[in-house]
Amino acid sequence: MIRFVLTRLGVLIPTFVGVTIVAFALIRLVPGDPIELLVGERGISEERLAELRTRFGFDRPLPVQYLSFLGNVLQGDLGQSLVTRKPVVDEFLTLFPATLELGLCGLLFAVFLGIPAGVVAAVNRGSAFDHLLMGTSLTGFSMPIFWWGLLLIILFSGTLQWTPVSGRIDLLYFFPPVTGFMLIDSLLSGQEGAFTSAARHLILPTIVLGTIPLAVIARQTRSAMLEVLGEDYIRTARAKGLTPRRVIGLHALRNAMIPVITVIGLSASTLFSGAILTETIFSWPGIGKWLIDSVARRDYPSVQGGILLIASIVMLVNFGVDILYGLINPKIRRRT
Amino acid sequence: MASEAKRAHDAETAIKAPPGPLREFWHYFSENKGAVAGLLAVVIVLLAALFADVVAPHSPAQQYRDHFLEPPVWQEGGSWDFVLGTDAVGRDILSRIIHGSRYSLFIALIVVSLALTSGIALGLVAGFARGWTESMIMRAMDILLAVPSLLLAIVIVAILGPGLFNAVIAIAVTYLPQFTRLTRASVITETSKDYVTASRVTGAGLPRLMFLTVLPNCLAPLIVQASLAFSNAILDAAALGFLGLGAQPPAPEWGTMLADAREFVLRAWWVVTFPGLAILITVLALNLMGDGLRDALDPKLKRS
Repeated sequence: MIRFVLTRLGVLIPTFVGVTIVAFALIRLVPGDPIELLVGERGISEERLAELRTRFGFDRPLPVQYLSFLGNVLQGDLGQSLVTRKPVVDEFLTLFPATLELGLCGLLFAVFLGIPAGVVAAVNRGSAFDHLLMGTSLTGFSMPIFWWGLLLIILFSGTLQWTPVSGRIDLLYFFPPVTGFMLIDSLLSGQEGAFTSAARHLILPTIVLGTIPLAVIARQTRSAMLEVLGEDYIRTARAKGLTPRRVIGLHALRNAMIPVITVIGLSASTLFSGAILTETIFSWPGIGKWLIDSVARRDYPSVQGGILLIASIVMLVNFGVDILYGLINPKIRRRT
Repeated sequence: MASEAKRAHDAETAIKAPPGPLREFWHYFSENKGAVAGLLAVVIVLLAALFADVVAPHSPAQQYRDHFLEPPVWQEGGSWDFVLGTDAVGRDILSRIIHGSRYSLFIALIVVSLALTSGIALGLVAGFARGWTESMIMRAMDILLAVPSLLLAIVIVAILGPGLFNAVIAIAVTYLPQFTRLTRASVITETSKDYVTASRVTGAGLPRLMFLTVLPNCLAPLIVQASLAFSNAILDAAALGFLGLGAQPPAPEWGTMLADAREFVLRAWWVVTFPGLAILITVLALNLMGDGLRDALDPKLKRS
């Protein structure tokens, strides 16, 4: 097992270094001089420009610049935002809980609807429900989620007036962030109606973000269940006279869950992509919207830091899933 | 008498002869009803794109100053002049959607061609060279995979500047890893087989081994993946357009149209609904077709 972890780390570390190189290159590839970007549009004298260049180390050879950048990154210093002048790491950490809350809700929505639906469809293969579910999930899989979000807004916020259009909570409520999760903070604040308001703001973004994972999980569960239901040990279990519920719930589902859990574990990257669009539609103050705004404002240090942090999170999650997978399934461990 | 017997004999062998690859493909493909429906819808979109100038009732850029935000024909205030209504500056939505199909199909075609050819090239090199070259290529692909695809595309567009062409390049780069990995994996499986050894022993050079001996046997999964990438490329291009980083207004690209329509979301539902519906139907049709392709082409899933 230790060897397995080490080989995985052996892949992870060069990839991380590669991502830092990409992030480092980004700020040098965008059109315009980094210092000129920093000083803004007013412009400064030639001497001052040269002085700043020396101070920020842009006059040193590229490899040296990269090593000092890497050193800063490893110490948690990702530079300052050009717009707010605050450290990029602080900005990221303030906004990250909003994205995490949305992402977790979307994932839970997908898991709690997708797995049962996939199981029922597989057990009743060829039934009307099976066909309906497969059709719906392929539609969900083909959904442009930014349009889906707008449709839901038209129906639920416009026509029915059930849900708010944007934000995380009504402006009526104010309380200091404790955990950064609006659902928990609103409960902790003890203000009446705050939790309901936070939950109502979450519903539509959760559905929008969870739609594609839901479709993928339902399809994956169904096909994994179908495969497992054809195995000999299921026939044995049935022949022993176990109740169908026990056969499906205990013997089949457990084995069918392995590929499904992998899909869920590896969905961090998909969820981030979805969060960018979802947060844009619902003005959700999270990482996705912040990155899009930073690109629009040409705030490249923020973009650079954001990419580095998001890629690191995705890599760490995938690494964790890999290790867990190796723990559960010895076959994987031996293969590497 | 003799000729009749011969004819009967011929007929018998004709029945026994295996069907050609195309016939066999169509047999498996047409068994899947959804795939055929998907194909039909894709053909319709393709025809709309090819003959947009003839089919579309208006020019996509023409602004009718007396017809701002006119609802579709079946709603009060709508007219047959503008079947799906008009947008905020009086342009016919139906015509814009028909012209938009050109953008979407064209973008997807270029993205898939770029990603597929570069992916195959990198995958072949990695699979044949092994060792350091392989490690370098695969680590580079891991780096691309570590960044969420839409974010990577956004960053590339940030470097290159927003626009249709740059969006195409950005999306193609994000699709590169899947094709490279798939090609490399198939190449490694294939090169260990006897026919490749035989070809090598008879003196086939490296280019011949790569492109004529091994590559044709790796194509089936690549085609299936390409069909999936084709529909995803339409979605991603629309997403970039929606975020203002893809095709720029006034281009009638579907995602860009949605971005323009966002502010009217609660006032004029048709401005938002129809461009998105066009994306959904096209992508769904392509995915249905892709399922059929997989059934027909992927030997692992093919029923005996």
